[in-house]
Amino acid sequence: MILVYIIVILLTGAFLAWIAGRWNPVLPRIISLIALSIGFILIIFIATQSVSDDNKWLIDYKLDWISEFGISLHLALDGLSLLMLLLTFFLGIISVIISWNEINSKVGFFHFNLLLILAGITGVFLSIDLFLFYFFWELMLLPMYFLIGIWGHDNRTAASNKFFLYTQASGLLMLISIIALYFVHGHSTGSYTFDYMLLLGTEMSASKELLIMSGFLSAFLVKLPVVPLHNWLPDAHSEAPTAGSLILAALLLKTGAYGLLRFIVPLFPSASITFKPIGMLLGVIGILYGAKLAFAQTDFKRLVAYTSVSHMGFVILGVFSFNELAYQGVVMQMLAHGISTGALFILAGQLYERIHTRDLNKMGGLWEKVPVMGAVALIFSMASLGLPGLGNFIAELLILIGAFKTSILMSCLACLGLIAATIYSLRIIQKVFLGNTNQEGEMNDLNFREKIVSACLVIVIVGLGLFPQPVFNTAKPALLKTLDIQREKNIPDPGISKKIAVEKNILFFQISKKCLHVNI
Amino acid sequence: MTTLIALIPAIPFFGFLILALFGQKLTRKVAGLVGAGSIGIVAIITFCLAISFFKSLPDVKSYSVVVWEWINTGNLKADISFRLDALSLVFCFVITFVGLLIHVYSIGFMAKDEGFTRFFAYMNLFVGSMLILVLADNILLMYLGWEGVGLCSYLLIGFWYKVPANGYAARKAFIITRIGDTAMIIGIFILFLNFETFNLNELMELASNKWIAGSSISVVTATLLLGGALGKSAQLPLQTWLPDAMAGPSPVSALIHAATMVTAGVYLIARTHVLFSLAPIIQSAVAIIGALTLLIAGFSALAQHDLKRILAYSTISQIGYMFLALGVGAWSAAIFHFMIHAFFKALLFLGAGIVILGLNEEHDIFKMGGLRKKMPVVFITFLIGSASLSALPLVTAGFYSKDQILWFAFSAQSGNILLWLAGIVGAFLTALYSFRMIFIVFFGEVKTQPAFRPGKLMTVPLIILAVLSVVGGYVELPGSIGNIHLFSNLVDNTLPSVLVKNNENQEFLFQSLSAIIALTGIYLAHLIYFKRPALGESINHSRLNKFFERGWGFDILYNTLFVKPIVWLSVINKNDIFDWISISISGLALLTNRFLSITQNGKLRWYLMSFTIGIALILTYIIFG
Amino acid sequence: MLTVPIETQLIFAGILFFLGLIGLLVRRNMIFMLMSIEVMFNSAGMVFIIAGTHWKQPDGQVMFIFILAVTAVEVAIALALILQVYHHYKTLDSDAVNKLKDN
Repeated sequence: MILVYIIVILLTGAFLAWIAGRWNPVLPRIISLIALSIGFILIIFIATQSVSDDNKWLIDYKLDWISEFGISLHLALDGLSLLMLLLTFFLGIISVIISWNEINSKVGFFHFNLLLILAGITGVFLSIDLFLFYFFWELMLLPMYFLIGIWGHDNRTAASNKFFLYTQASGLLMLISIIALYFVHGHSTGSYTFDYMLLLGTEMSASKELLIMSGFLSAFLVKLPVVPLHNWLPDAHSEAPTAGSLILAALLLKTGAYGLLRFIVPLFPSASITFKPIGMLLGVIGILYGAKLAFAQTDFKRLVAYTSVSHMGFVILGVFSFNELAYQGVVMQMLAHGISTGALFILAGQLYERIHTRDLNKMGGLWEKVPVMGAVALIFSMASLGLPGLGNFIAELLILIGAFKTSILMSCLACLGLIAATIYSLRIIQKVFLGNTNQEGEMNDLNFREKIVSACLVIVIVGLGLFPQPVFNTAKPALLKTLDIQREKNIPDPGISKKIAVEKNILFFQISKKCLHVNI
Repeated sequence: MTTLIALIPAIPFFGFLILALFGQKLTRKVAGLVGAGSIGIVAIITFCLAISFFKSLPDVKSYSVVVWEWINTGNLKADISFRLDALSLVFCFVITFVGLLIHVYSIGFMAKDEGFTRFFAYMNLFVGSMLILVLADNILLMYLGWEGVGLCSYLLIGFWYKVPANGYAARKAFIITRIGDTAMIIGIFILFLNFETFNLNELMELASNKWIAGSSISVVTATLLLGGALGKSAQLPLQTWLPDAMAGPSPVSALIHAATMVTAGVYLIARTHVLFSLAPIIQSAVAIIGALTLLIAGFSALAQHDLKRILAYSTISQIGYMFLALGVGAWSAAIFHFMIHAFFKALLFLGAGIVILGLNEEHDIFKMGGLRKKMPVVFITFLIGSASLSALPLVTAGFYSKDQILWFAFSAQSGNILLWLAGIVGAFLTALYSFRMIFIVFFGEVKTQPAFRPGKLMTVPLIILAVLSVVGGYVELPGSIGNIHLFSNLVDNTLPSVLVKNNENQEFLFQSLSAIIALTGIYLAHLIYFKRPALGESINHSRLNKFFERGWGFDILYNTLFVKPIVWLSVINKNDIFDWISISISGLALLTNRFLSITQNGKLRWYLMSFTIGIALILTYIIFG
Repeated sequence: MLTVPIETQLIFAGILFFLGLIGLLVRRNMIFMLMSIEVMFNSAGMVFIIAGTHWKQPDGQVMFIFILAVTAVEVAIALALILQVYHHYKTLDSDAVNKLKDN
């Protein structure tokens, strides 16, 4: 029941905020802050109560909805969803705080949309009924469209249209897949249901499985995003208001990753293994291509948007590595990337508030004027490039080791992404804070509200880097459950078969060494 | 006692936090006290631990402590744990003592700089990371320290950020070292996947048991780890960042780019020496790279006219000697030279700092001159430092350390005459360029008047380092002179002794040869740069000189091969070629619209005509279809 | 009395229809378009009369009277509209009245 309460609180808060906006622009902010804080406290309460029990949900709630079609209101929480919800509410609170002074028109409607998006995201992380999942997936979409389209920057209409069309089209493909899965399951077992727990283990022919998986995959790959379906991201991120960019980068992208872990791998075990080489390749391409594009940008937010593409490449590389280390890395990457990229977007917003431009060529030498902001930017740029001691390093390390077990070549190529990340992160620092300044006049350093937000984010990212163990312990049962489904279907562990490939690679080196026989 | 080890890296971090968070509110005095004081406390702790360590030899060879469990998932386990053994003790000693002297110097050097607190914050962060690097018990924690020092190097090279060129130099350093770091992390992956542990001792033991010498996997792993070492230690082919790194303040150059960070590669190879022993071809490669680098850098140093760049190339060259020693298996000789080099190179950089500051940021040695009388303390200490660098026979510590390396280059099992020859030519070059520096800067006419005299804070560290540069060598005297082996006995507790071919009697011959070469170099420098400066001028303008000055063209090579293509590729694709998907879809929709809207032209007769044709077609279909 | 075969009669009506149609499509002047529509109406009426004659029923003639009435009304309204158009556009060219075109 508590899961329903979480979503209902957000929805109620949304409507209250909209109505309250008519009287006073400050009221909606307070209402959404209260609603999110209550939700956050509830989730922390759940986290402290949870007993890690293998193969079971921590909380499971089911209510029949449309039983003729097998649709039920089935919400469930396990370690993975718990971590995602923590991230959602934490960043939700932060997004309300940072848009305190930024949004001044239609404040009520803004917070209505914000809370609806968060409710949609929460629903996505909690729902275990495919129909309900699709409902919440679409719920995330329209308020975000409004958020970008009404409160965004100059080019907002085109950006929001692009975002909407890409996501909606891929979502519709997912709907077709959901319905197809419904029918396939119904034909083979006689019971027509949308429930995830019952759909696990549906017997399907290999080609059917691949086709249905592609529908799901298209929705998640667009959301992640994966090259070549990533074009909505830079426009949406750079034209959205700061809170919008934060939620988009930190949370919406994670729903794609969550979908991969929760739906693709368990529902389609053999098809996902068939997709593995392409998946890993897409990951590597995303890492390198995203980094290359990031380096070339002159718009600050666009640069950070492309770094998101690059970091999410690690996620898809990890998901298709099919071992526990890589999956732990994926979960950690979702958390760490949400914090670090979110912080960079917040920074971009703070800069925009002060100098009204996102053009890197107009910035420079700002360290002198805003040293605290510079220090915070430095910390998060270092996180972006994977400096050990911060969360992103742990994530990337685990993903790379996990991927190394499955495919040495892909992992080595992904390691080049570490160098590429250095190049773009240092470009951010150099262009914005170092060198000569092009900006005249005074600039206010971070005020108290902004300092609190930055401090929270810094503490979290350093905490993730130095004390990642709680995250691993929470996520472990859920991830092992996902991997067990693979083993039950008697699919050979890719890690073992890759030891043979490692031997083959070594043989190659031995032969080449004989050819280059040099004696000193 | 052992829990004190955890304090060694922790105290500088606390210093960093205090300075970073409260720096604006502290006065300069307090900030300097915190900054230098934290290193001072660590130095004292190191000293205490050293005494306790010496007492417990030879039974207990290392102390270790686990601070907390860092990562434990699947079969991957890594803790924040530290281990103090002979190797890390030597490094800790150098880092903390030389570091303390440099910090005290910096209080005077940076006194007028507005970024005073920021400087000490970064320096403390650096010392903390470096200590983590050398004290780490597992290779993942070492990697954390490794990257941490890279970060601090970036921050400190670009310390005077208002000049864009400094930022670019810092960026270059970070990126080049990152390339090496990526190779290293892949090496770490291979080690982990084969042995399921990150702990250094366990890795070395398992590797020596399970891997066959010369097998491909050990060769690959050793190469990758070597890549990391080459990046951090600025050896061929990743050496181009160090000369540019001289953009940072002189204390930074002294601490990071002479004494500590650049020797991290030496530490890595020494720590993982088992892997290199298992891949003899790579170990030989280490020696060859060392030999080549020391020659290339030596020639380059000869052609420079920026004072700090001479010292930078000199550092590259001296680390080449350390690599040469590592390559032939003379582990303790390499570490000994590291220690002595730290003393005299830090001394030279600090002295150079005073010179440059005193002459109002003048870096060009040809605009200096006659400073012998104007800055006597600096002159004497600089002279001692250069003498040590040139390995002036018998009196300087540099002679003993360099001589040991030269001897083992010939006499070790895997040494040969060519390596020795490279070393001896390098020694000649070293003497030549160091005394070139002395004669041009300190002798002759005064071309620029010095603006100030250094205070005690700056001169006392110089004097201490000068003393160390002379007496530091007496802990390790070769057989033919005094036969004291305090240092190698200490280090041999952790690293294996060097295996030599049996030709002890030739040792004296080789020693005299190196002594003669050093003296010849000094004399030649005296001849060219003091007696006949005109000859020096004409050498300056030759084409070969220009080639050496540009570091043998490596910068230009890398620029053309890597930097320009990548930048070009990024810029032309700035708008993302994959946008064609969405552009084509929307373009298609618009095109179709444009076509179809031709049919909506508002003309009645057109509509009527279309009705008629339509009806005719439908009727035809109904009647005949 | 000449008995004209029904096919000929119908072909005659058809030709009349097509002449009206062509006139409608070709002429630009709205009055002439109206007149062509009239001709088409008449031809349709003629088909009714032909059918009535053929089946020996008066219904054909009845329909023709209907058509006459409808035509009269339609012409009245059409002429009124054309008058308005002429007031507004000062021309009777049907191509000039293309404000409903796309962009």
